[in-house]
Amino acid sequence: MFQRLPDAGDLAVAITIDGKPVKARAGDTVAAALFAAGIDHCRTTPVSGTPRAPYCMMGVCFECLVTIDGVGNRQACLVPVQEGMSVETQRGKREIGR
Amino acid sequence: MSAVNEVRDSYDVAVVGAGPAGLTAATACAAAGLATVLFDEQPAPGGQIYRAITQTPVQRASILGNDYWYGARLVRDFQASRAQYVPGATVWSLSREREIGVSTGGAARLTQAKRVIIATGALERPFPIPGWTLPGVMTAGAGQILLKSGAMVPQGRTLLAGCGPLLWLLAWQYLNAGVKIDAILDTTARASRSAAWPHAPAFLFSPYFRKGLRLMLSVRRRTKVIAGVTGLRAEGNSRLQQVAYRTADGAEIRLPADTLLLHQGVVPNVNLAMSVGIEHRWDDDQLCWVPVVDGYGGTSVDGVAIAGDGAGIAGAWAAEERGKLAALAAIRALKPDTRQDILPDEANIRLALAKVERGRLFLDRYYQPAASFRIPRGDTIVCRCEEVTAQQIIDTVALGCTGPNQMKSFLRCGMGPCQGRLCGLTVTELMAQTRGVPPAEIGHYRLRPPVKPITLGELAALPKDEAAIKAVVRG
Ligand code: FES
Repeated sequence: MFQRLPDAGDLAVAITIDGKPVKARAGDTVAAALFAAGIDHCRTTPVSGTPRAPYCMMGVCFECLVTIDGVGNRQACLVPVQEGMSVETQRGKREIGR
Repeated sequence: MSAVNEVRDSYDVAVVGAGPAGLTAATACAAAGLATVLFDEQPAPGGQIYRAITQTPVQRASILGNDYWYGARLVRDFQASRAQYVPGATVWSLSREREIGVSTGGAARLTQAKRVIIATGALERPFPIPGWTLPGVMTAGAGQILLKSGAMVPQGRTLLAGCGPLLWLLAWQYLNAGVKIDAILDTTARASRSAAWPHAPAFLFSPYFRKGLRLMLSVRRRTKVIAGVTGLRAEGNSRLQQVAYRTADGAEIRLPADTLLLHQGVVPNVNLAMSVGIEHRWDDDQLCWVPVVDGYGGTSVDGVAIAGDGAGIAGAWAAEERGKLAALAAIRALKPDTRQDILPDEANIRLALAKVERGRLFLDRYYQPAASFRIPRGDTIVCRCEEVTAQQIIDTVALGCTGPNQMKSFLRCGMGPCQGRLCGLTVTELMAQTRGVPPAEIGHYRLRPPVKPITLGELAALPKDEAAIKAVVRG
């Protein structure tokens, strides 16, 4: 559970997370925006279906895999948010066709 | 910003990573008139140590401290140089002929460089305790990245656990930002502390000594530190709810927790270097693989150098100097007639390097994590991607597996998307302990390109010349 410091600046970028509208700060990565929105986990594992959340925030652990604008298995901690971006958390294996 | 189609077919020098080493290397090469490109996986320059320095939303400078803001100068010099900067760029392959496969924004390109300087820095040492995969558990580095790049801090009950300078630095920065830390669970091992003492005199002259001491005292004054922690467990049902810890006197104590930030030092990020076949050795002080490099970062692969923490952990200030040394070698090789006043001043660099590396061995030994935190047992997960436990790996040794490469074909351990980054060291040490041989004999996963997963779509979108087809076939 994370919160922004009071003087952290405007939340000017509108994205959706699993269809719900969320405001992010320009310069946030998708993973940061997920934390700020109080999303507890961003995927469940393909092997046992247990929930996982971003762990390293620097591109090495691959725990932060989400679907961004229809493309699956993107590293949320490396992708900056963009206006209108659609982020979906992932359940288990990537669905066919993504 | 630079899109993938601005990546040229060839360069004199390609630098990978925009931390202190990559920044000074690229700046110096460009100053000498070499056609230089810097590929960086992050969205903005600075690496992890100076992460988001050009755009951090953290308003009060005192929160992050002067040593962070110092990095702005390196970025400014780089931005004023003629080096091309490609952010958001993942380098997924590097060949012995120095052909580089790079992706950005979902499209891939191949490019060729006469010299390559790998400056991919460090990553945090795996911290495989029971429950470390639960949401709510993350690395201290991750917590610091959220602070630097998003001005985000933990809310609720917050615990820090582990050992090493970064843990104390993060605690100090959190306290400066007004975050309440419920406790720091200090796992610094007693044996490591005693092993470090012979090197203490040299460390007294390190620039890190006074700073480190002041910072630790300031943290201790403001938050509870529980020393001598010998066991740790994260517990919860689908998310972290509490942390169980044990100290030498045996009793297990539980603390409720919403966030647990783990750290036990950093190790070189070796994946790209290993994939091109650069020779590595096991370092018995830093307990990790370190590439074999000469005084300029030159490696066993012709024309490929490694600068900064990726060539062995020595910290950000050393990285800055090591970047210049790698650049110096590249300039001498490619443009031997470069005027003396444009070349990095080697004597000065060596002096600065000696100063910041003084007493390093003290830090390495003092913060050497205890075996129980490096080598898990039972059903503690070692490979997060494929959910492989310590016991499963131990069992493959009984089956006759001698190293990670036989083992992984049984368990898929290390074959998930992180490609062994989060389990490689654990697996090596675990198999070494089980077999009773030194880690060097066990070895590491054999790493091959692509060193980062890329989609077939990205490959298919490569410009179709012979090189492209070759890369795909080889991959
Ligand atoms: S959080 Fe580790 S790769 Fe994104």
